Amino acid sequence: MSKKLIDSGNAAAAMAVQLAAAEVIAAYPITPQTPLTEKLSELIAAGEMDAEYVAVESEHSALAVCIGAASAGVRPFTATSSNGLLYMSEQLHWAAGGRLPMVMCVVNRGIGAPWSVWNDHQDAISQRDTGWIQIFAKDHQEIVDMTLKAFRLAELVHIPVMVNYDGYYLSHTYMPFELPEAAEVRAFLPDYDYKHTLSPEHPESLNTVTLPDARNDINGVKQGSYMDIRHNLHQEMCLAMDVWEEIDADFQQRFGRGGAPILDPYCCDDAEFVVVAMGSIANQFRDVVDRLRQDDGLKIGVLALQMYRPFPIARIAEALQSFKGVMVCEKGLSYGNQGALYADLKSALYPYPARPRLHNFITGLGGREIRTDDLYLALKTACLQDDLTTPVQNDTPQWIGLQL
Amino acid sequence: MTNMTKTNVINLTDEEFIYPGNRACSGCGLSILYRIGLKALGRDCIFVVPPSCLTVMQGLYPIAATQMPILNGTFASTAAIATGVRAAMKRLGKKTQVVAWAGDGGTSDIGIQALSGALERNEDIIYICYDNEAYMNTGVQRSGTTPQGGLTTTTPYGKKETSKNVPDIVAAHNPAYIATCSASYPLDFHDKLIKAKEISGLKYIHIQTPCPPGWGCDERMTVKIGKMAIECGLFDLYEIEEGKKKLSEPSAKLLKKSKLRPVQDYLNMQTRFKALSKEQIAAMQERIDQKWEGYREEFAAK
Repeated sequence: MSKKLIDSGNAAAAMAVQLAAAEVIAAYPITPQTPLTEKLSELIAAGEMDAEYVAVESEHSALAVCIGAASAGVRPFTATSSNGLLYMSEQLHWAAGGRLPMVMCVVNRGIGAPWSVWNDHQDAISQRDTGWIQIFAKDHQEIVDMTLKAFRLAELVHIPVMVNYDGYYLSHTYMPFELPEAAEVRAFLPDYDYKHTLSPEHPESLNTVTLPDARNDINGVKQGSYMDIRHNLHQEMCLAMDVWEEIDADFQQRFGRGGAPILDPYCCDDAEFVVVAMGSIANQFRDVVDRLRQDDGLKIGVLALQMYRPFPIARIAEALQSFKGVMVCEKGLSYGNQGALYADLKSALYPYPARPRLHNFITGLGGREIRTDDLYLALKTACLQDDLTTPVQNDTPQWIGLQL
Repeated sequence: MTNMTKTNVINLTDEEFIYPGNRACSGCGLSILYRIGLKALGRDCIFVVPPSCLTVMQGLYPIAATQMPILNGTFASTAAIATGVRAAMKRLGKKTQVVAWAGDGGTSDIGIQALSGALERNEDIIYICYDNEAYMNTGVQRSGTTPQGGLTTTTPYGKKETSKNVPDIVAAHNPAYIATCSASYPLDFHDKLIKAKEISGLKYIHIQTPCPPGWGCDERMTVKIGKMAIECGLFDLYEIEEGKKKLSEPSAKLLKKSKLRPVQDYLNMQTRFKALSKEQIAAMQERIDQKWEGYREEFAAK
């Protein structure tokens, strides 16, 4: 029987990892992720979870332990936030380049300096080019479901998956969610079976030095080198979107939840305007959109982006063809440019015939309060904006919630 | 383990674990160690290797000079990756020995945090540091173990600082086993690995590894230089078990001598020490003499 409970987002993630039967957990404390791995260490110490807990001395080593375990054929897990994720950065590239299936929860938090322990998305956004699949949960139920699906995705496509959820907004708040039964999860997520494990019976040298050009192996068969290996990663990462949809369909059949694994629309059917966002703020926007529809008669919807890497270029461009205006609201940016999601979305639209007017909003950095009233006003203004603005004005990110 | 048969050329296995032909420089001390070390470790091993001469020596994709399973990893994380492999072996119920094999830069500088963590957790791995006393793979830059006065490409007038004593740093963590070795005494290394395999917890082996291109000597001098480092009392072979230090035979026999060979004999064999002044050499000699005075008191009493 599945179980309904009310607990924190971090506890939800921990219980999902327990259900996923991860066997090697390595982690280093960092706010706001810490309660997740505390919970896992409690479960293991109490004998409720059968796994090795390695209390490492840094995040760099946390991912190193996962790299070692995954390469040796065992399902690992780690979690981090903010500067911890950045300290792992080299290892992120390594895990992806080594095609190691693994899952990591990133409890999103701003990056120092100056220090901030509060939520934004700059940590994950800054690591978008590491070769990891990045998915974003909006609520506690999605943390559970996405984590379980992420393990299966990682192990099917041999690419590591980062499950992102918002620090404090989700990690420390209590919400109801349903936990599936362990036996059903086992049926959904079979044992880890990695084809290139380290084994004395079949010795292989993994991640060997490559030369710029393809070379023959000892049997005279030409083997691709770095560029070919990296091309494979890119191609298979793009295909991972289809695999993610298939996994979601299977999950939905088994557990009754799902159906919007990449783009999750709300009130979009008749909408002229749409706000695109990732994570918990996409749910906050549902309230804003309800109010704009009710009070102002504006036909507006929300499109939550659940998967940021691989970027669903065609899916999002096609989904946006019918809108007059698109507001991209994000909690991070590429400094000196624009919001990273906005820039990605804009480039996705370029080859398509319809290019709706775009707006970019930056908000909530370092935990700055995101007031629903402010979002309401920003969206309303954008919807009602006349066509006299210059391209530069239109294309410049607007910051919501600045206090100076 | 005390009545263990010593390895000699007669009882050393004929089985080879590396293929003929690899990418080591001629006269490489590491290639001696690797060949003999694998004979001691046997087939049931997994290696974790950071960027180092060993990475290159083992072959370039898709060809390998080794017959062992190797996980190449990032520079700073050797001991942590080995921890992960060890944890996986535990989950799989396998006794497979996990061996981390890194250079001096990968151990004493960039890898020391991960090593310290693994030591503190007393991970059941063998950690081998082959110490050629500089970043040789990148073309001879100073490392934490480059000796004072040593010329490297980043210490063009000689290194000002003294070197880190890595075995002492490791000893401060009280691991299960520490041994120092020399590429010039590969059978001693073989013996110590055989012993290490039987001990649970972290086993640390530090090997002085002469490097002809980096040290400035003829390729044929590798073994002679390593022997000279020991005979003049500069580098000592020992083991530390349960906190007790014991000199190994090549160093222990020097206890009987009232005077060791002058360190000058060792320094003269290499161009990297040509910037040392007479005063610096005298100071070095004095430090060696003091150390051995201490050894004579410490070990003679027992």
